[in-house]
Amino acid sequence: MTKWNLIIDVAACTNCNLCTLAAMDEYVGNDWPGVAAPMPKHGHRWVDILQKERGQGTMIDVAYLPTLCNHCDDAPCAKAARDGAVEKRADGIVVIRPDRAKGQRQLVEACPYGHVWWNEELQLPQHWPFDAHLIDQGWQQTRGQQSCPTGAMRAVRLSDDEMERLARAEKLAVLRPELGTRPRVYYRNLDRYTKCFIGGTVSAESGGVVDCVEGARIRLLKDGQCIAQAASDNYGDFRFDGLDEDSGPYTVEVTAGAVTRAREATLGQSLSLGEIRL
Amino acid sequence: MNLSVTTFSLILAGLGRLLKYKARRHPAFRARLKERDLTAQIMARDERVGRWFRLRGGVLTSRRGIHPAPDVTIAFKTARLGASMLMPPIDWLDQINAQKDFKLTVEGEEDLTNWFAQTIMMSQTVGWKFGTRMPDGTMRYCNMTNGGPVFVYVRDGRIVRMTPIDFDESDPQPWTIAARGLAFTPPRKTTLAPHGQNAKSIVYSPDRLLTPMKRVDFDPDGARNPQNRGKSGYVAISWDEALDLVTREIKRCKRDHGPGAIATSHGSHHTWGNIGYYLSALYRFANAVGMTRVHHNPDSWEGWYWGAVHHWGYTLRVGQSETYGTVEDCLQNCDMIVFWAADPESTSGSYGAQEGTVRRQWLKDPRLGIKVVHVDPYFNASAQFLPGKWFAPRPTTSVAMAMAIAYVWIQEGLYDKEYVRTHTVGFDAWKAYLTGEEDGIAKTPEWQEAETGVPAKDVRALAREWGGKRVYLAPGGWGNGHGGACRNQTGIQWARVMVCLTAMQGLGKPGVNMGNLQWGCPLDFNFYFPGYADGGMSGDLENTSMPVELYQRMPQLPSMNSSFQRIPRIFMPEAIADGKAEGWPWIGKSIEHQFAKFAYPAPGHSPAKMLYKYGGSMLSTMNNTNRHVRMYQSENLEFVVNQSIWFEGEAKFADLILPACTNFERVDISEWAGLGGYGHHGQQQLNHRVIVFQAPAIAPLGQSKSDYWIFNEISKRLGLANYFSEGVNEIDWVKRLFDASDLPKAISWKQFIRRGYYVVPAEKEHLRAPVSFRWFFENRKKDVPEAQPLPSDYTEEYLRGLQTQSGKLEFECSSLKRFVDPERPPIVKYEPSWEGPHSGERYARHPLQMLTPHAKYSYHTQGDGKDSFLLNIADHRVLVDGYYYWIIRLNAEDAAERGIGRHDLVKVYNDRGAVICAALPTQRLPRGVCHGYESSAVYDPMGEPGKSVDRGGCLNLLTPERTQTKTTHSLAGANALVEIEPWDGRTAHMSEVFARMEKAPLPEGLRAAALVPAK
Repeated sequence: MTKWNLIIDVAACTNCNLCTLAAMDEYVGNDWPGVAAPMPKHGHRWVDILQKERGQGTMIDVAYLPTLCNHCDDAPCAKAARDGAVEKRADGIVVIRPDRAKGQRQLVEACPYGHVWWNEELQLPQHWPFDAHLIDQGWQQTRGQQSCPTGAMRAVRLSDDEMERLARAEKLAVLRPELGTRPRVYYRNLDRYTKCFIGGTVSAESGGVVDCVEGARIRLLKDGQCIAQAASDNYGDFRFDGLDEDSGPYTVEVTAGAVTRAREATLGQSLSLGEIRL
Repeated sequence: MNLSVTTFSLILAGLGRLLKYKARRHPAFRARLKERDLTAQIMARDERVGRWFRLRGGVLTSRRGIHPAPDVTIAFKTARLGASMLMPPIDWLDQINAQKDFKLTVEGEEDLTNWFAQTIMMSQTVGWKFGTRMPDGTMRYCNMTNGGPVFVYVRDGRIVRMTPIDFDESDPQPWTIAARGLAFTPPRKTTLAPHGQNAKSIVYSPDRLLTPMKRVDFDPDGARNPQNRGKSGYVAISWDEALDLVTREIKRCKRDHGPGAIATSHGSHHTWGNIGYYLSALYRFANAVGMTRVHHNPDSWEGWYWGAVHHWGYTLRVGQSETYGTVEDCLQNCDMIVFWAADPESTSGSYGAQEGTVRRQWLKDPRLGIKVVHVDPYFNASAQFLPGKWFAPRPTTSVAMAMAIAYVWIQEGLYDKEYVRTHTVGFDAWKAYLTGEEDGIAKTPEWQEAETGVPAKDVRALAREWGGKRVYLAPGGWGNGHGGACRNQTGIQWARVMVCLTAMQGLGKPGVNMGNLQWGCPLDFNFYFPGYADGGMSGDLENTSMPVELYQRMPQLPSMNSSFQRIPRIFMPEAIADGKAEGWPWIGKSIEHQFAKFAYPAPGHSPAKMLYKYGGSMLSTMNNTNRHVRMYQSENLEFVVNQSIWFEGEAKFADLILPACTNFERVDISEWAGLGGYGHHGQQQLNHRVIVFQAPAIAPLGQSKSDYWIFNEISKRLGLANYFSEGVNEIDWVKRLFDASDLPKAISWKQFIRRGYYVVPAEKEHLRAPVSFRWFFENRKKDVPEAQPLPSDYTEEYLRGLQTQSGKLEFECSSLKRFVDPERPPIVKYEPSWEGPHSGERYARHPLQMLTPHAKYSYHTQGDGKDSFLLNIADHRVLVDGYYYWIIRLNAEDAAERGIGRHDLVKVYNDRGAVICAALPTQRLPRGVCHGYESSAVYDPMGEPGKSVDRGGCLNLLTPERTQTKTTHSLAGANALVEIEPWDGRTAHMSEVFARMEKAPLPEGLRAAALVPAK
């Protein structure tokens, strides 16, 4: 039995919003019986791109995280539903049935991902239904995937075992696994959004002229232990990525030739230490 | 009876039978025949033979012979001519020649003659079947947006969805580029820009104009109340009333004031389609009526046209260079791309959807080994997408950074001395300036740091890396100009210094060129399909690129404006309100055309008294646009008509509004990114050439009509309809353009209009266009497929050398020695902006430099406002207290100092005006810099226009209109000094423009900012 899953590559998302626009194009003003009543033109974000800026000064980056209904196998909304309002299809797709869900506002509260939306006019809970009406017509991709220029979004139909293997092989992650909801939406490079970095830039003065120092050796120490090493590039820049937010004190040790400089840093969010003059 | 007479008679008899048959078969044609009661005669004047056709209540009677009193007479000089003209297929060259030689004449009331001619044409086309029926019963049509082609799915007369086009098995395979052991092939599909995917929501926008409207306090026979434009409301009127009114005003203005009294102004863009485009139908109409043209500045190319051309030519590309073959060369040979004020991920190459994104994603493959760096005050979308070192110079100052790079190259010998010796002239003069030999100031990295804020060490590191690598320099969104820093006060200097940098590194050597993979795909450029700038049905040989090829391929009556009066667009408000203005022309024929100053009014002409305005984009796309408010309220403008799709921007300043429909409601034909003219082979941006038949997906909403219909109806009232339309319908023009292209050799008309699109097969590998500038580097004749510069603009032998006087890259420009402009010396020098940190007291009061680049989600005003889907995009607009505000981004510390938090409403202001925006504090900008896109579609003054804050987001209310130099007609407003503060809710803000008019004393400390309590 194969089921649908969606794989999203965080590193490939450019925030072009074509997937969010494609969803609006598909659902605003259109009624897909049994799958989705019309989406309100404003107020709902069935495909919602979150963003995070990391760093300071000229050492920054920005990550985008497209979020949508996770089509959980153990969906909290299904547990909260009455009258069969939430259908788990054999192909893995979760559908909040517009013909059965009227008035069931508890579905909105039930979703830990904030992706059940309340339609005030229709008194309906709504979500992104994996374009189930198109899938049923034979579509092999979702509207968002079709519009995505970078291939950041990919719908795959696999058995659960195959998907599990794929997730392991490609280091895919789901949002908030600790909830046990078993989402069918997977992310590649989720660290780009969830983790943070410590970086800096190394320089040295010689004869009154300051220059970038390339090839300085940098050690990152945590509790006195070296946990990572790097070398500065031709702009003197270095960066240790993949660190946990709010992970406390670190020491950054910069060595070039006989000179060593150390900087203490306490990591909350990503941190650029700025210029380290040798 | 001779054979010709017999044939002629038989054809006419056949025509009668055909009309009856079509009426029986097609309800639409049956209905058409009921529109007029008339008797029409078709005859040969020589032999006095013919046939008349009488329509009464839709019933057709036809008899052989000459009718004594027909309403309409179509007369051929001879039966032989008539027989040959009427025998399908129609030869349009014969047709128009017969008209020009008065061998084919039409008599009768214009309305009836034109209706009859178009009815006959309709009988040929009424049965054509458009689109493809899908399994679920929907119809699938094609169309083209400014952001890419779409499939349009329609059910029950309503658009269900629009998607990009996924190619099917019958479409050709795309190209493959082999580079460094890898193979790169684009996916077999088209992409869309956000504003393209947004299209359905603007078709069904509540802001659509669905009926003609007249301003309530405009009385053409009494008080016109121009002072109330922008303030008073509208009342719906009928099309007949509206068309009669505009016709009456045209005649009155010509009668009372003389030539030039009617001005026409359009935006820089339009809804897509070669027939309905402004360069097509509007130009034919405007030429037929005789109008003062508003002469555009080269708005997204300023620095290139006024600056770069003097170093390398390329006037027919507005100063941007040839780009052929650069995708392949870049992937194969380049080591590093320097994005300099270049954000193709935001600007989509203008019309290129996300096609370049697909290719730039290849740069992420580490096996390719191409590094990327970004120079831009804003950490833009391209910097986000393609990680690399980010340099953030203060706006307008990166000219100094470029000079410091050149300085390091000179000091450390990191440039191609041999190339400079053999392929350039004037380097010594520039070198003397850079080293300080000329003015005592060496342009060192330390020197630039004071201007740019970029550490000297970083610039030195960049110069050294660059000097040791094969580098593609990518200025502007297209990678060789367009947008970016060319639109601010130092834009001319910037474009010039960009050319100089690439000249030092050996432009044209393998891996050394201009570009960022946005242009230069290996497509088939020998397959002809005209671009929109080729003029469509305009017949305009002067103001479009029609003479290049389309005119010969698509014979049509020429159109020529009897008025030579021009208004320089940047100073249109002064021209109208003050009665005079001066400008320098954007004409690409040669470098020297830009030196020919023109003045308004033109000798012997009336000043403009009536404005025929097309759309409403100027308030948010021009600069210091409270000037435009003042212009509209001037008594000098007796009448303003606006033909617009949406009720927005300047449409709200018109006396009469004519509702036009979108391209989804009319018929047209076009190629994706097919620009023609100054954007020759714009398809180079695409991974596939895609030509579409733009079928009308739905009927025009409400009473809206196609631009063609509107022009033809006005033309009827001026006796011009048969000239304007050549007696044919829109669909016939579409078919004529199809026939004029190479399409008939590749696909039948029947198949094309059903399927809706045609993909031109990719070029065979061994026939691909050569790499740009390689011929120049290798001292060969020019071999890229562009017929420019003009033959006379070569100095030595035809096709040898560049357009410059020396034929070489000129560090010291010959043309700027011949034309003296102190602000454009022969070598490029750094002169700080007159609106920036050197502005003294003004900088003290307005210490933030505001960038207003091209928008990421909307296409200028297209797609914004209109209650569109784009409003929901968090980086486009933000909903605060029930209103969608434009976003102003500012450095997080600058925001904190001002007590401004995320999405707080703030007042962005200076003496020119005030705009309420939602604040977005960010790390993506350095201290002292803020950022908001130009071209909000919404102008929403919260009190009297010109004297109150705008909450629509028109940041160009705040930008300077002063040109970059005094002898150029160059927009400079992409950088402006402003202050931002939390909005206290007050709505009054006296703009400098209006304060000057009222001679009101400016309050001390606030100058023009007169504050009064909120409403």
